[in-house]
Parts: sequence; C-alpha cells; structure tokens
Amino acid sequence: MSPRPGFVLEVDRSTPSTLFWHGEGYRLEKLPVGSRVLYAPEPVDALADPVGAIRRALDEPLGDAAPLRSQLRAGMQLTIAFDDVSLPLPPMRGPDIRQLVIEQVLELAAEAGVDDVVLIAALALHRRMTDAELRHALGDRIFDAFAPHGLLWQHDAEDPDQLVHLGLTEQGEDVEINKRAATSDLLVYVNINLVAMDGGHKSVATGLASYKSLRHHHNAHTMTQSRSFMDQHRSELHSSNWRMGQLIAASGVNVFQIETNLNTDTFPEQFRFLQRREWEWTTRDRATFLASSKALRATPDRVARSIFHSIRAPHKMSAVQAGEVEAVHARTTENVYAQQLLEVDGQSDILTMGLPYICPYNVNSIMNPILVACLGLGYFFNMYRGQPLVRAGGVVILSHPTPWAFHPGHHPSYIDFFEQVLAETTDPAEIGKYEESYATDPWYIHLYRTGNAYHGVHPFYMWYWCAHALEHVGAVIIVGGDRAAVRRLGFKPASSMADALEMASDVVGRDPSITHLHSPPLLMADVR
Amino acid sequence: MTTPTTAGPAGPLSIADALSGKRIFVTGATGFLGTALVERLVRAVPGCEVVVLVRPTRRFDAAARLAREVVRNDCFNRLRDELGGRFDEVIASRLSAVAGDVGRDGLELDDDGRRVLASCDVVVHCAATVAFDAPLDTAVEVNLLGPSRVAQAIEAGAEIRRRDHPTASPTHLVTVSTAYVAGTHQGDATETLATEALASGARARTHTTVTTEVNVDAEVTAARRLRDDLESASRSPEQLAQLTKGARAELGAAGTHLLAERGEKLRDEWVRTQLVERGRARAQALGWPDAYAFTKALGERALVSTYPDLPITIVRPSIIESALAEPRPGWIRGFRMAEPIIVSYARGLLREFPGVPEGVVDVIPVDMVVAALIAVAAIGPDPAGPTVYHVASSVRNPLRYGELVDLVRSWFTEHPLYDSDGQPIMVPEWSFPGRGRVQRQLQRATKALTTAERVLGNLPVRGERAELAARVEERRAQAERALGYTTLYGAYTETEAHFRVDRLLSLWGRLSPDDRAQFCFDPGVISWAGYVHDVHLPSVVEHARVRSSPRRSTVANRSDRARTAILSPERHLAAFDLENTLVASNVVESYAWLASRHLPVGERVTFTARILREAPSLLALDRRDRGDFLRSFYRRYDGAPAQLLRDDALDMFHHLLLAKSFPAGFARVRAHRALGHRTVLITGALDFVVEPLRPLFDEVVCAQLGEDGAGRFTGRLEQLPPTGEARALVLAEYAAGEGLDLGEAVAYADSASDLPLLECVGFPVAVNPEARLATIARRRGWHVEQWDKAGGGARPPLPFGPVDHGVSRWWARLEGMLDRGTAGAASDRGSTAGQARWR
Repeated sequence: MSPRPGFVLEVDRSTPSTLFWHGEGYRLEKLPVGSRVLYAPEPVDALADPVGAIRRALDEPLGDAAPLRSQLRAGMQLTIAFDDVSLPLPPMRGPDIRQLVIEQVLELAAEAGVDDVVLIAALALHRRMTDAELRHALGDRIFDAFAPHGLLWQHDAEDPDQLVHLGLTEQGEDVEINKRAATSDLLVYVNINLVAMDGGHKSVATGLASYKSLRHHHNAHTMTQSRSFMDQHRSELHSSNWRMGQLIAASGVNVFQIETNLNTDTFPEQFRFLQRREWEWTTRDRATFLASSKALRATPDRVARSIFHSIRAPHKMSAVQAGEVEAVHARTTENVYAQQLLEVDGQSDILTMGLPYICPYNVNSIMNPILVACLGLGYFFNMYRGQPLVRAGGVVILSHPTPWAFHPGHHPSYIDFFEQVLAETTDPAEIGKYEESYATDPWYIHLYRTGNAYHGVHPFYMWYWCAHALEHVGAVIIVGGDRAAVRRLGFKPASSMADALEMASDVVGRDPSITHLHSPPLLMADVR
Repeated sequence: MTTPTTAGPAGPLSIADALSGKRIFVTGATGFLGTALVERLVRAVPGCEVVVLVRPTRRFDAAARLAREVVRNDCFNRLRDELGGRFDEVIASRLSAVAGDVGRDGLELDDDGRRVLASCDVVVHCAATVAFDAPLDTAVEVNLLGPSRVAQAIEAGAEIRRRDHPTASPTHLVTVSTAYVAGTHQGDATETLATEALASGARARTHTTVTTEVNVDAEVTAARRLRDDLESASRSPEQLAQLTKGARAELGAAGTHLLAERGEKLRDEWVRTQLVERGRARAQALGWPDAYAFTKALGERALVSTYPDLPITIVRPSIIESALAEPRPGWIRGFRMAEPIIVSYARGLLREFPGVPEGVVDVIPVDMVVAALIAVAAIGPDPAGPTVYHVASSVRNPLRYGELVDLVRSWFTEHPLYDSDGQPIMVPEWSFPGRGRVQRQLQRATKALTTAERVLGNLPVRGERAELAARVEERRAQAERALGYTTLYGAYTETEAHFRVDRLLSLWGRLSPDDRAQFCFDPGVISWAGYVHDVHLPSVVEHARVRSSPRRSTVANRSDRARTAILSPERHLAAFDLENTLVASNVVESYAWLASRHLPVGERVTFTARILREAPSLLALDRRDRGDFLRSFYRRYDGAPAQLLRDDALDMFHHLLLAKSFPAGFARVRAHRALGHRTVLITGALDFVVEPLRPLFDEVVCAQLGEDGAGRFTGRLEQLPPTGEARALVLAEYAAGEGLDLGEAVAYADSASDLPLLECVGFPVAVNPEARLATIARRRGWHVEQWDKAGGGARPPLPFGPVDHGVSRWWARLEGMLDRGTAGAASDRGSTAGQARWR
C-alpha cells in the first residue's frame, strides 16, 4: 500500500481544533471556518536493505562517474566529508545514515588498500560538533578509529593553512574551500537530503567553504532573488553554488557525491499524534496529547527543552544515489519532491505556522529569537514552488514562545547581534554594514575555532534568510512570544491566535483567506 | 522690669548716614548669616567698607575663599545683576579679606591684619559652629571662646587705633548669640544678660533666662580634657577590637589596609559621638537644651565679664531660616536645622515627630537678622554697657508648632515629592506624641533594621537580592537619622519660651520710613502661611534635590550617564574580576568539573557527596582569607596530569564557564577593547582555566601551579593570585608600567573583598554585588550593573562535564583519594595510580 498523499483541508464547523507547534510544546487552535490546513503526505517507505542499496549506489554511480571501487587505489589520498549536526532534524535514531554510508565507503577503501583517509565534518560556519555528536553521526567504530589519531577533522573556515583559493567564477565570486578536500585524489561527500535545497554543488561549495566564498551568496540580495531557495530553477542561491561547484570541478577536484533521501517519519511512537491529522486521532493520541501538554505546562522550560532535544527521530533512508554531483542531485530532488510536494490552489491573505523546538541551528541548544524568525520566515516560508503561500502584502502568523534567551556557547554573536544590530535596524539590506565587523571579530573567531560556537557572521545569514519573506509580506505576528523579543525582531506580539487574526485584519481586511502550514513533518507547497 | 533702651543719639536714625565711611569687620562670612550680611552691606549700605576674616585652607588663601565661597554664592546674584559690568570693580573696592581664625588666640592675625582690625569701626562676630550636634570641644573653642578672642583682639589693637585714627571712637563689637541661651522652658525671656539678671536679683524660677552659675574656665578645661580622655579611651585594645569588628562587619574581607582605614574612621566617629553626647548631657544638666545653647550662653558670660569696658552689643536671633525678601525670597545657604526634618517628612520617612502643637517654633528669616545687625551697628553701642537684642518672632508674631505642621502638610499635599517609581508620596498626619514614645519606636525600628542588615550581609546573596540589603541599610540610616533629629531638635518643638523683643522694636521705632522699607526686621510683618508656602518650602525642595515631579527614570538616566562615562574614549584601562563578575562560577566548581571529567557515573556520586560535605568549611575559609583559601584549595591539584587538564579546561570553558557567563559582561570587555582601552583580568583562578579568555584581555593576572618533571602539577602555586589590596597594587603597577592614570581607569568587581581594587580607580563598577558591596556602592553612588546569565545555556545542576567514554588514568588516583578520605595517604592502588597524593 503506497502512503497517502498530502491533503488540503477546508475547515468547517465540524473540524476539530488544529495542532500548532509552539516551541517546546504545542497548542490546539480553532481556525476560522473556510481556512485551509495543509497536511504533509505520509512518510514514504524506508529501504528494506539500506546497506545493500548503498553498495549498489556506490557500484552503479549516476552521471559520468566511475564506480567508487574503481576510483580507489593504494597510496591515494581520500577525504570523506559529511553533513554536520544541522542534519537531519530531529537527529535520527542510530545508526545514522552517515555511519551507514561511510562504513561502506571505508570498507571499499580498505579493500583497495587506501591508508590516507581523513574524515571532515563539513561545518562551513556552523559550530563544531561535540564528541558525542560526532560519535552519534559516525558510530563508535569509525569515531574510535579516526578521532584518537587526529584523522577526524572539523572544517575550520578560519584556518588559512587549511584553505585553498581555487579562483573566481565568471561572476567574480571567490571560491575558497578546504585544502585537504580540494587537494585529495578523491573527495567523497556524504549528504543527508532533508529538503530540496540540500546537496548538489552546495555540499562542497558551501559546506567546505570559507567566509570569503560564502559572502557571495549568503547575503540579502541573493536571498531576495531566490524564490524560493527550495526551487532550484528560481534560486539565485542555487545558481551561485552551481557556478562555484562547476569551478571546483574544473579545478580538478574529483568529487564523488553520495546523497540520501530520508522519509518524513519524524516522531517516535509516543509523539505519533504530532504527525497525524487531528480528526484521525485515536483515543490514545488524544490521551497522549492531553497528558503531554499538561505535563509540559508544569515542566520548567529548561527541562522541557532537554526532553525534546533528546528525541531521536525514527526517520529512515528511503533512497540513496551516488556519482556525479549534478546527476545525483537531480535524482535526489525528484525523490524529495515526490515525497514532500503538495499541490495548493492559489495564495491566501494570511499564512499561519506553528514553529517547533528545533531548526538546523539549534540542535542540542535553544531556539533563540533570531532562529525563530529564520525558521518561520527563512525555512517554512520558502517551502514553496511557484509562488509563496501568502500573497504579497499578506500576513504571516507564527506561534512560538520566542524567549529572550540564547545559548552563550553556541550563539555568542547572536546575543550581540540581537542587542546591537537589530536594536538599530531589522532591514536585511541595512544590516550588511555591520557584517564585516562581526565576521572578522577575533573573539567570535576564537570561540568558533576552539569551542562550539557559530561563526560571528552567522546571525546575519539567519536574517538574510528572512529577506525574501520580509520583503514579500505586510506584517509578521508571533503568538505567545516574549513581547520584548518579538518587538526587537520588528514583529508584533499577540497573546492568542484570535488576537493575532484580529491584528492581521488591519492589514488584510476583515474577511481574509487563511492557510495553515501543518508542519513538521515537512511538506513543500506547489502553489498554482 | 525696666523698659529696654536703645543706644545712640535720640531721634530718627539713618542707617546709610550712620555707617557712611565706616569700616565693618565681619567674621563667619562664609556661613549662612555672614554671607547674607556681607552681601547686604555691600548692596544696601553704599558708604561702608567691609573686611571679612577668613581662615585660609591648604588650597585657598583668604582672598580666594572670599571669592569662591562668598562672592560666588547665588546670594550675590542680585547685586551682580544690578551692577552689571561694574560688579567686580565694586566688590574689589568695597570688600576685602584678612586671614585669621577665631578658633585661635589672637585670631592668628598678622601685623597687617591687626592694623586692619584696628581700623574697623564695627566688628560683627557671626562665626559659630551652629550644628546642634557639634562635639563639645569644638563648640567650646568656637562658640564659647570665640567672642572673647575677638574682643581680646580688638582690645589688643586699641592702641594702634588710637594712634592711627585719633578721632575715631572705640571699635564696637556686635556679637551674634542665640535666643536659646535663655533655655526652652515656659515663660518670657527678656533681652537681658544672665549676669545682669543675676545682679538684679532674678532667681532661677523666674525663668527669664538660665541663670545657673557656671565656672566658665572649669568648663573649658573639662571640655579640652574630655577630648584627650576620649582619644586615649578609643585606643584601648578592647575598643580597638570593637572598632575592627565593626569595620569587618561593614566591609567583609576587604583587606588589612582598608579595614584599618575604616577602623580609624570609626574611631574618629566614636570619639566625636562621645563628645557630642557628653556635651549634650553636660548642657542639659545645667539647664540648656544642648551644647550649642550652652556654649553660646557661656560665651556671652565670658565676654561681658572679661571685657566690661568694651562697647559690646549682643544680638540673639532664634532659629534662622530662609530669606523673606532679601536678596531674594527663599534664599538659603546650606542645609539647616528644619530642612532635613521637613524633607524626611515629605518623603514619608518621618512618620512621627514629637512636639507640643501649642508650642511656639521661633523662626526668623535670615534677612531680618541681617537688617537688625546692620541697624544695631548703625546705632552704635550703648554707653551704659553691653546690651542685648532678641531677633525672634515668638512674642510679636508667634508661629505655633501645630500651625507649622499643618502648613507643611497642606503644601506637600498639593506639591508632593515623588518616589523612584514616579508615584507621589503621601505625607503622614502627625499625632504629636510625646518625645519618649517616638524615640522608643525609632529605637526599636533601628534595632530591628540593624539585625536585618547584619543577617542579609551574611547571606550569600548577590545581584538584585543583595539590593534588598542596600535598601535595608538605607532604611536603617533613615531611622537612625530620624532618631537623631528627635534627640537633637525635639526640645525646640517643645519650646514654650517667649522671646521678648521690646528693645528690638524700640530700635525699629527709630528707623526712618525709608530705612524701614529697606532694612525690615519687624517680625510682625511676616505672614506665616505665605512665608512657609511661597518662600521657604519651595526653596527647601529645590535645595534638597528631591524628586518634585513625576518624571520617571531619573535612576535609569543616571546609570545611562554613568555607563556613558565608563565607555568614554577618555578612559583607557578596564580591570575585571572573573568570578561572579564575568562568570557565575568559582574555583571549587572548576575543580569539581575537572576532577570528575573522567569519572564514571557511579564515582561521581561519591565525589559530589564529598565536595558538598566540605562546602561549608570551604566557604568559611574563603570568607576569612581568600589567599589562604586558594593556596590550600589548589593543593588538591597535586599530582594531576598537566596536559590532560589543559585540554579538559578548554572543554570546560565552552561547556561550563561560557554557559554560566554573563554575555553582557563579555560584551562590556569587548566594548572597552573596541574603544581602544586596555583590558586586564585579575582573578584567583588558575592559568589554564582562564586561558580561553586570553583573547579578551591585554593582561591576565592569575594563579599558576607548579609542575614536576613528569608533567604533573605539584599543587603548589608558582604564581600567587593577588587578593584583596594586592589586586589594587597589581593594577597600579600595570598602570604605572603602561603610563596610564588610575583616575581614568574602570574596575569591575562583585564583592566587598574587591574594595581595594574598586577604590583605586576613578570609575568603580559593582557587578551583581553581594550584600555588603551593594550597600557600599549605593552609599557611594557607584555604578551598579546587574548582569544575567544567558537564558539559553545548558547549565548542568552539578558542575560535571559530559561522561567521558575514553580511558583516564587520572580518575583512578581520585578513586584512591575517595577511598582514603582526606588523610592524604599515598594512593598506590591500581597500576595507573602513580605516586600522586590527593588531599
């Protein structure tokens, strides 16, 4: 039986309340009659034999790549780069896909007698992973074999000795990436492709790049020209990465790309109701919902956060393909669309979304206000093809507690960005003038290199991520957020959904059309 | 009773004519009355010349003090406006200063000064210590002996005067006393000298004045000896121990120098308080309300009995308050007797004040006293001998205490002061209870608040909770002050004496209509309601710098201003403490994290239990002496593998210290650096613990452990961390080495033990201060920052790192330590235990 496709529900009098994520918790909201609720397609089936599928993919690569086995020989230099802790979301139950794939790659390398192998976590300007996180991603065997010998690296975009400048694209974009990766005889990149944007040339051109390179596409201009960045054909972010990727290939860097699709089976059994449609909730679902919401209300934020962050998702690999970057990525994107696309008829005046506790940048951390904005306006808003779910000048209503809180170890520059830059302006085009000073700040660089801190410039990227949405919509309202923090973001705080809709009527009139994006599990709207 | 007479030729008197061409010598010109007198003479008596006696200080000579403290006072604004560009010239030609001191015999005049004094026709002696709580010996020197010294100087110059000014009459001494020399008890007080009253057979019970016979010389000797006795008593070991205890209670472990300094200050205060109390006791034993009236009364007696032949007039004002009209309504200098009470009342602090509603509060505006003094000077001495003038309102125009309270209350009801939240303060209604009851209430309150303060001071609270301690301290100080007021001034609100002004009015009767308009001293013209509401209270509120409008956020503005000053480019050095200033952690926590880093879960429980058991004794040692504590605590690192700890410390920084850091603190360090200031970290933490912080600081001063040949720590300190005053020294040395001025430096710290560091810089900042420092910072107006931990850090409830899956040799030795307790026996258990000892 194939999984049920996505579904657009029109709310009528008999529709039960709709579940909204609300940070480390969730709320039931009664949406006005006539509102549309978008439900994601149900998870596709997992591969029955993932290891077999991986081996097949390595042996039968796509595009003009030779089978991996034939590219390995003794005495060669092999580098295996892999996606960092920002993927997948939530972190998956062990064994992690990276472990499964890399174990197969290493096995082939061992058979071929390759002994110069280095693993690199492709961090770009993300935080370094902790030992526990690396261990989870790679498994004990790989970690214990590589880490103690200094062969498990984390990409350091601030170490000039570890970088190499490969040249400029035809548009004058610097391409500067990890030297070991660029100079190895073979670079194998292991992806986990959660959304359509992941993978392709972006893997190496972004994941292993430096600030000098990233600034060409991580900026307000590129983001407003990417509509959306989940749609390769209309994404300037994509184009820039592709130009760079082609230059990397032309420079003689031999990339063997491995991409994997993940099904959207996002929550474990006890939270299963989170990915079910409300009218299909069983008595048990209802009971779990009631019990867990009651319990969460009585739980301190800190504890609730650690409970949620300990969730290991049951999602499984649904496809794996390897070979030449572009051919591989075309297949991956097809798979992502096949699982996540939902046809939606026309835009609406108001788009509502409940934001969960996690986004790519706060794994094992707290979702600070900047990340709240980025998840809502950067990620969820951009989960469309064609045109945005909300009309130009419409209103986006987010639901999240948005506490004025930051992880001082992970997001040190966010704190200052929030206090200094956003206090001055929330216009993505304006903040650029502060970018340089944050990007080159020695203290942030110190924390990025020695600790587990995101790079100093990272909060700017988060805000650029919102640029398209900020330019498109007329107002953003956050329900149930910390008022001061929401105002600092330049948004309007509302205490309830009813209040938020009332406030929105100032912008879109008294009888607006409303669409609710019921996600996660992930879905991508194909708006006609 | 004889009708009082005025001196001088009969018929109308013209003040301007009488004083034209005269030279008038004024003492006490820098005081309230003196300033008003000098201004009035210069402005309203154009024919005269004024010489003032000013005591030179180390920084300013007599002329400079005259310019700074008298002429620059707003009293002279009117004259400045009237004269415009000629002001300086007129002042220079009419007003000059002579250096001297009424507290010394011969007034310390030089030859020139003596000649100038001899050339003066009138000497108005205003200098006095008017504080009712002046120490007895000071009051004796100034109030009692002052007039006689002036008289003696005049007499000594009489020969010169006869030689240089053969036609001039002898110098007329007009000395200012107080109406309260007559005491405060019920009945009429006449303008008579006590000596006269005694001579005319008045007996004590007729109450016209205090007539108790007193041996003046004996009182002087006793007062001087009392100072010596108290000075030596204050140096007794018991007393010194008591004072040191007091200093320690206030400052905590602030270091020897500061404690000594504070102890010495407390000793001075103790001597002073004793002198005040004993002075009051002596005065009351003899029938006067306090040492002020007592010494003034004896001063009069000494003067007239020692210099019977000198032309002397004594002017006795009652309580002098702000000006009715001259130089402008409401002019006042300094904070005087009634003002603190009024302000405390308006701020709702003084809920009760004793007093008899029917009693008379004898208040007299300063300009009336000045006018009377000028008229007295103009009319000249009575050839019959010393005469007395009262300048008081109680007979001619009495102001009842109840009436005054009503006036004050109604005014503040209409013009309330505002509290820090911008809310108007309701003034309480007084029920005029007896003095005893009020004092008992206040004593109880003071005692309770003192206890609360002590308890809070000893609690390990900091930040906003510690602010509570500062508020309690403020409350206690207020209650103590209120108690002080009732003790000091209670008698004056219970006064039922009536100071007769017959002689004054007879003088008034002789003034020409013009002079009456210009030199009004008839208390009958005062409308009390108008005076209190339109003149005095607005002036008091203005002077008290209290919130008289609901404007909010003065406090916020003040701290914004302080922050701007701290982050100004002129600063060039910022010193930071670490623990609880930048990071909410301490050396014990760091140790626990590092020591448990490689322990399996089970062992951690035992380890935690042990640390918790030791916590109280560690805390106590830390409080007693930070240096000793660090030295003994760091012994625990004996045998620890150095490189492993260095690596672990980096992890600890990112997982523990950063999570417990104050982001605003780091932002502040960075802000200083961005401004080009040098930044210095001064901490008791170990070098490898603070290593990750190095990029933030130009200089890190910290502890450093010794290392043996095998790469293990010895547990002995290679480099002692500076504590207490050593921190100030380290900073001073750094500043000197870099050519920086500490006056322009900023220091951030959290506890009273950092006082030396905070005190040595120009811009101290208390960060999340613990109770004692909060109190000190509030009192001294230091900038206080409340920095909070970032809300989103994952902070483990116990200072443990993530469980390490790797193998560690270090914990095996630790295990040995746990098995053996603190005995320190060599742990040789297990193959990896090594020879290290753990204490």
